[in-house]
Amino acid sequence: MVAENAEILVRFEEVQKSYDGEVLVVKNLNLDIAKGEFLTMLGPSGSGKTTCLMMLAGFETATHGKIILDGESINNVPPHKRDIGMVFQNYALFPHMTVAENLAYPLVVRKMSKSDIEARVQRALDMVQLGGFAGRRPAQLSGGQAQRVAVARALVFEPKLVLMDEPLGALDKQLREQMQYEIKHIHDNLGVTVVYVTHDQSEALTMSDRVAVFNDGVIQQLAPPDQLYELPENSFVAQFIGENNKLSGKVTAVNGSTCTVEVDGSGEVKAVPVNIDGIGSRSSLSLRPERVMVNPSDGTCPNVFDAQVEELIYLGDHMRTRVSVCGHDDFIVKVPNSAGHVHLRPGETVKVGWQAEDCRALDA
Amino acid sequence: MAQVEAGGPMLDAAGVPLKVSLARAERRNRMRALGLVLPLLAFILITFVYPIALMVFRGVDNPTVSEFLPETAEMLRAWDGEGLPEDAVFASMAREFAKASKERTLGKVATRLNYELSGSRSLVTKSGRNLRRLKTEPTKADLVALDKRWNQPETWSVLKRLAEPYTLSYYLAAIDKTYNVDGAIVDQPESRQIYVALFLRTLWVSLLITALCVLLAYPIAYLMAILPTKTSNLLMILVLLPFWTSLLVRTSSWIVLLQTEGVLNDILVWTGIIGDDGRIQMIYNMTGTVVAMVHILLPFMVLPLFSVMKTISPTYMRAAKSLGATPARAFWTVYFPQTVPGIGAGSILVFILAIGYYITPALVGGRTGQLISNFIAYHMQQSLNWGLAAALGGILLAGVLALYWIYNRLVGIDNMKLG
Amino acid sequence: MNRMMKYTGAAVVALSAAAYAAGPAAAADALTVVSWGGAYTKSQVEAYHKPYTAKTGTKINSEDYNGGLAQVRAQVEAGNVTWNLVDVELSDAVRGCDEGILEPIDHSILPAAPDGTAAADDFLPNTLTECSVGTIVWSTVFAFDASKYPDAKPTEIADLFDTEKFPGKRGLRKNPKVNLEWALMADGVPLEQVYEVLGTPEGVDRAFAKLDTIKDDVIWWEAGAQPPQMLADGEVSIASAYNGRLFNAIFTEKKPFEIIWDGQVWDLDLWVIPKGAKNMEATLDFVKFSTDTQRLADQSKWISYGPVRQSSFPLVADDVKPHMPTAPENFKAALQNDFEFWADNADELNERFAAWLAK
Repeated sequence: MVAENAEILVRFEEVQKSYDGEVLVVKNLNLDIAKGEFLTMLGPSGSGKTTCLMMLAGFETATHGKIILDGESINNVPPHKRDIGMVFQNYALFPHMTVAENLAYPLVVRKMSKSDIEARVQRALDMVQLGGFAGRRPAQLSGGQAQRVAVARALVFEPKLVLMDEPLGALDKQLREQMQYEIKHIHDNLGVTVVYVTHDQSEALTMSDRVAVFNDGVIQQLAPPDQLYELPENSFVAQFIGENNKLSGKVTAVNGSTCTVEVDGSGEVKAVPVNIDGIGSRSSLSLRPERVMVNPSDGTCPNVFDAQVEELIYLGDHMRTRVSVCGHDDFIVKVPNSAGHVHLRPGETVKVGWQAEDCRALDA
Repeated sequence: MAQVEAGGPMLDAAGVPLKVSLARAERRNRMRALGLVLPLLAFILITFVYPIALMVFRGVDNPTVSEFLPETAEMLRAWDGEGLPEDAVFASMAREFAKASKERTLGKVATRLNYELSGSRSLVTKSGRNLRRLKTEPTKADLVALDKRWNQPETWSVLKRLAEPYTLSYYLAAIDKTYNVDGAIVDQPESRQIYVALFLRTLWVSLLITALCVLLAYPIAYLMAILPTKTSNLLMILVLLPFWTSLLVRTSSWIVLLQTEGVLNDILVWTGIIGDDGRIQMIYNMTGTVVAMVHILLPFMVLPLFSVMKTISPTYMRAAKSLGATPARAFWTVYFPQTVPGIGAGSILVFILAIGYYITPALVGGRTGQLISNFIAYHMQQSLNWGLAAALGGILLAGVLALYWIYNRLVGIDNMKLG
Repeated sequence: MNRMMKYTGAAVVALSAAAYAAGPAAAADALTVVSWGGAYTKSQVEAYHKPYTAKTGTKINSEDYNGGLAQVRAQVEAGNVTWNLVDVELSDAVRGCDEGILEPIDHSILPAAPDGTAAADDFLPNTLTECSVGTIVWSTVFAFDASKYPDAKPTEIADLFDTEKFPGKRGLRKNPKVNLEWALMADGVPLEQVYEVLGTPEGVDRAFAKLDTIKDDVIWWEAGAQPPQMLADGEVSIASAYNGRLFNAIFTEKKPFEIIWDGQVWDLDLWVIPKGAKNMEATLDFVKFSTDTQRLADQSKWISYGPVRQSSFPLVADDVKPHMPTAPENFKAALQNDFEFWADNADELNERFAAWLAK
């Protein structure tokens, strides 16, 4: 999915990884990462995403396959010669050094001149808006400050590639959101290639150029955030990314760009066939809550069903409404808090409807 | 709700100044805290602080002559110390000698005098026995007739010093000094100088043992810290196993291993590395002391090191490597500095234990492997010169405190971490 | 100040009490008799304690110590005397008496010899002092491992100091006593002048100079049980030792050691009673019992130390007699330890010896 003319920086070729010789945690991974790209590996814990990152950094060896950086295989290159910056989950700032010494560390190791080091450290500190913190110890920094220093340290020696391993996991929600933007801005300004690992899908959607969704050692889908959300290719991705209504049923007809799925005992739904095995196979229908209309005008929707309102939750900009539809009582509808919106009451029966193209028929 | 009066103190809801009611509330907490630590505090005072104070005091305490020859002691204190004292002093001494001899307290005076003036024990006890047998009140003539030493100024200048309630002579003896006849402080004759060299030897050996412990404990602690828990627990048991074995058993097994007819020498002879008449003396000397003490003190180094290393996340090393440091460089610049608190804690522990160690050098030290504590024990148990033992102990204590102070200045005690 | 001594004394007693806590608990009427342990204590148990318990029913608890007055002094000063009777050397008996930490013993209570000779005349001269009753004569001698010297064997005290003629490590007691006397003897000082010479600074220098010649070949021992063990282990070839311990090793354990009696330094062991000891009546009764003619002679069945009663000599078994320090052929060149010399000079000579050792 990388643009044809883009330069490839990292390539995983049929990479496999096993720790115990019995179970593969990474199964046959093929992945290209373009220069300047912000790629996120997203997945639940144990999905293999962190292992991939560690193999790239050189802290784990691939059991099979090749990892290529800048055109050369790095399977046998030790971590310190890979020239890859890394931001760790717990920051890993050296506690016995000051902020400035931490930042200078990669430069001292590279035997730069003293004046060069000073200038670069100061520039890096200014970049993360911590100009006055050079003399502090890591223990004297707040979580957000430590995070910025860690990012600055991973960038200060101008690596080709920066890896980030759930770097915002330890921050509270507000700070996390702020840091997401900051990291994104730094990426935009420097044009550095970033591989980012997280299990937080909103983080992945906010920051990434592309997201690789991992599950069970396999990339389930690799796509830009909007595609991932709107055009999930299988039910895992649909379920994992954003909020999703899932209706199970059996495919009864396929007709070009639409298909019909018989939702168990509750009628037929028209949907887009994305990932089905043909007529008679089981399928999960995926439908985003905000695409469901309450009391749609007659004839506008191919799919209209009776729904009983079970629960209403006021969320300011919208009402999160749980209804029973087609035998599923966990069906969520987002009713926008716009002028003249419908007022629903629990227990009331209403009609809900949606377009066929908003409903994707996926694997069971 | 606190109320503020213009210019007045902050008051609480009941109108009492806020500071007062805060202090009252806090006092109750403080009393409760004090109550909780009181038993331990009392225990430490009684079993630790008091005996140490007593020991330091005993190093200068000089009660014997004042207690058993009270009148003479008073007269001696009044005497100017030039030449011989007045006849009245002689007479009083003769009288009190006879009395003390009857009461069997003169032996203590004799013992005390003999520390200062070798050969005077029999002078005192014999004089006392003879004076006691006299039918008449003993006089100066009786005393002087018994031994010509009673007419020598040296004897009397020592007695005058002993009549003082406090003395420096034990502390002087502990640093190889003594009073000469004129009361000036001079070096002991060279053939009797021993303690300064011993203090230095003890210091040097303790430092050596500490250094060896660091060298040996560091790799094993590191291994324990990085291995999976199951394996590291096994290692931990191996480290602790000697801890659970009797000290005497451990020391004796070193004797079995290291003696000239022992296992190690036998192996060396058997493999032809040394000849049968070239057996190496590895025990009953300093080597024996160092080897056995390093073995015994090793756990005290391993445990603090391990507990510190256990808390160092492996990501620091990874971070350093990702920043371009070779594994060796990452170790020395990132891992090692973080273990310094553990090294500090272990070193202080091992050093302080080593500097006061007694059983092991006594058993395997032979002639050249003895440390200062062996001499303290010797004076406590055999020569019964408790004053000198106390002075040696006092100096040892002062030395340890001084080193602790220096350590604090150089490294900082806050940098010490026991786990 | 006296009170302070008491407190420290109490601490020392507490420590020793802890050290001996594993020992048998003292019954109310039992006596605690303290001695030097090993084969020697065994000989006392067999010869004195068992018969006494059989006769009177009074139980006797045997405790071990390593000599010296420290523990007695600590008990007396703490006012908590748990020992009834202690086996000490002569110098400690005299010194303890002078310091008032031992009870005087009235010698008239001691039983007369079977032929009616009064105790005071039956005991060897100087074996009854104001606070003590002698039991045995023991001796420090030296012995060698015969297997190490198949040809010429050491015969006299000078051989101990001759490492060229008789190579091998020496085991000597870590104490100036006896060693200094032997050094002078080996250096040619006649037996009767040893203490006279040692009383002068030049004499002391001379003794240490002689010790210097073997300093590097010596392994020092402290407990009486050590030297036979060191000889047996091959750790040393020649060692000084108490003659009774050697007897035990040679005749009971069949070790190939030979004793050299030349220059033996003999001393006494005596009973003393710590001041303020409980149960005085029973203790004195035990002293009377254990120092009668038969009991002292019986002890020689178990260890080759000589009885101090003249009337006991004929009762000693014939096969033990030649191994007594007092046997005429052993006693030809024997020196009595001069307790007064050591009482006066021990402080200084111990210090000098320690300094010499440490250098």
